[in-house]
Amino acid sequence: MGGTSNKNRALDEIVRPYVGRTGGLICALRAIQAEIGFLPPETEAAAAAAFNLTRAEVKGVISFYADFVRKPKGETVIRLCAAEACQAQGARSLEMEVCRRLAIEPGATSASGDLTLERVYCLGLCSAGPSAIIDGALMGKATPEKIVKAFETGRGARK
Amino acid sequence: MNDAPTIFIPLDSVALALGAEEVAAAFLVADFDIVRTGSRGMHWLEPLVEIEVGGARIGFGPVDAGDTASLREVLLSGNFAAHPKYVGAIDELDWMKNQQRLIFARCGIVDPLSLDDYEEAGGLTALKKAANTPAGSLCEEVLASGLRGRGGAGFPAGVKWKTVAEAQADAKYIVCNADEGDSGTFADRMIMEGDPFLLIEGMAIAGLAVGATRGFIYLRSEYPLAERILGEAVRIAYNEGVLGADVCGSGKSFDLELFIGAGAYICGEETSLLNSLEGKRGEVRAKPPLPALEGLHGKPTLVHNVLTFCAVPDIVRAGGKAYASLGVGKSCGTMAFQLSGDVKFPGLFEAPFGLTLRDLVERIGGGARSGKGIRAIQIGGPLGAYLPPSQFDTIIDYEALLAIGAGVGHGGIVVFNEDVDLLEQARYAFEFCAEESCGKCTPCRIGAVRGVEVIDRIGRGEDHAENMQTLTDLCELMVDGSLCAMGGMTPIPVQSALNNFPEDFAFPSIRRTFAAGAEKTP
Ligand SMILES: Cc1cc2nc3c(=O)[nH]c(=O)nc-3n(C[C@H](O)[C@H](O)[C@H](O)COP(=O)(O)O)c2cc1C
Ligand code: SF4
Ligand code: FES
Repeated sequence: MGGTSNKNRALDEIVRPYVGRTGGLICALRAIQAEIGFLPPETEAAAAAAFNLTRAEVKGVISFYADFVRKPKGETVIRLCAAEACQAQGARSLEMEVCRRLAIEPGATSASGDLTLERVYCLGLCSAGPSAIIDGALMGKATPEKIVKAFETGRGARK
Repeated sequence: MNDAPTIFIPLDSVALALGAEEVAAAFLVADFDIVRTGSRGMHWLEPLVEIEVGGARIGFGPVDAGDTASLREVLLSGNFAAHPKYVGAIDELDWMKNQQRLIFARCGIVDPLSLDDYEEAGGLTALKKAANTPAGSLCEEVLASGLRGRGGAGFPAGVKWKTVAEAQADAKYIVCNADEGDSGTFADRMIMEGDPFLLIEGMAIAGLAVGATRGFIYLRSEYPLAERILGEAVRIAYNEGVLGADVCGSGKSFDLELFIGAGAYICGEETSLLNSLEGKRGEVRAKPPLPALEGLHGKPTLVHNVLTFCAVPDIVRAGGKAYASLGVGKSCGTMAFQLSGDVKFPGLFEAPFGLTLRDLVERIGGGARSGKGIRAIQIGGPLGAYLPPSQFDTIIDYEALLAIGAGVGHGGIVVFNEDVDLLEQARYAFEFCAEESCGKCTPCRIGAVRGVEVIDRIGRGEDHAENMQTLTDLCELMVDGSLCAMGGMTPIPVQSALNNFPEDFAFPSIRRTFAAGAEKTP
């Protein structure tokens, strides 16, 4: 049990402050993901125990929300807006070009783990589309050049 | 002048996405007092830098990092007009002069986290008044204002207030819907980032009026800056006695909490939102019971959009009648219109109901930025109609838009130029519904997936006539058989595209930019 129980204890600790709060389970899952980057397999057991739920119930909540992921994401996460106002400003061709230049598909993580590309549906930056978020930084009037540059700058900074 | 001049630089997300942080950094090293504000809503000018001179704010925009050196000189010398990015006195610009800003009166002007600024600009007057007003009169005032919910459905707010106020229960809740998922909308975000105390004040008044002592703001996770600013504003409001055990000396308590969503468009639907707020899957609940009677934890709950709550302080301060005198017919007060897409002057424009679509798109929005012709607009988010220019003379009010099969929604208008393929947009409407359906009912869950397939066949010209019929049948089925408006209104963009742009559904079509195997385009 060694390793797992350690991890479980860590998860228990992350989860505990949210027990008894309105919407506590979702807050707790957000907290785990904020800390670990994804929801590890032990999440169900830890959350189920803390919130007095079945594992299936916890799993049902996790699978419902797009923010929750079960696997680590790439070192850089590029999120491209795919919604209408950005479509009207060239989001479709932007996505195709970014995918081509970075050799990746929407929703995928690169084999080397350096990049995840995600589609999002509106970032509230519609008046300056097409929009993107790269490692949390907002980008308006996004172009393939700007995105590739931000990706490479981020990668350079990590080296 | 021996004091360092004060300049104003927005910290609004759009301004940041366009480089406001770099601009601010360039001024940090120089001799200026920098005040960070929300955005004025003139997003083509962002980042917009302002300086106050003799009571007027002079603007420069869009400023990029390369402009800052020359701008510093001009700001210190006072020779403002010499700078190429000079736009003049903000209040004198047509875009600002032609608005009537009730909700956005302070946005872009004040420091969003200064409660002093807020009060100096008229904030908290309404809450203090409400603290000494019988709860029943507050509800009457909102009823008299004619205010309708700004979240999309346009239901009279006052009716909801009375329902919740009259419900007997040991606990009641106020819930703010800040999920703002509609593409083409950003008004909630702007006000939460630019004037968060207004939302807090509106919710606290609602609490006093309906007898609720706890409130929640359900904020989408895509708005981290709004989260930070609102969170800080709530903390300040507690410290200053605006929230907590004794709201502005009323002797009544109101507690407010921020809850962050987890990435689900459907959680903007109020019953889905309530499930999510309870920590569950965001599945839609059947209505009745209405949330006003059995909402959060089964208790009477007043759910409103951000802008609905934000309209309340003005209604309480100036009276419901004054609010009702603005607008047309049964569409009272002002609406925060949000322009985006291929438009020259995108941004937020608050005005009384009564403008036409043409006013907004052409006169105010300046037409297409690309210089191409405008072919369509979509009004009211992803569940809103696609309309052609021949319908642009329609007045924007709830009833007039309903008459042409459209809706105001949350006030977003997305402009598409002549390159748009409406078949592709209809396909996207289904794709989005399939992606975001809560899965509770079959017409929506399965229908949306079928919709994508049918449209692909139409695009490829496979059994064209039959598939056109299938599309119509499918839309009917979704309208009739869906539990909520996600499935029930997805046919609106589809059928408005079909009815208003039938040529795009013909085969062959000159516009076809995608074909078999192109499922990867968003
Ligand atoms: C699919 C769907 C998504 C919705 N998204 C939102 C939203 O993001 N924000 C919002 O305020 N209302 C949204 N609504 C409307 C809410 O269900 C509800 O009518 C509204 O929050 C009530 O507030 P109001 O009275 O201020 O309009 C949505 C409705 C549906 C069917
Ligand atoms: S229409 Fe769609 S989103 Fe609404 S309840 Fe049914 S499955 Fe859920
Ligand atoms: S549609 Fe892309 S940011 Fe709103």
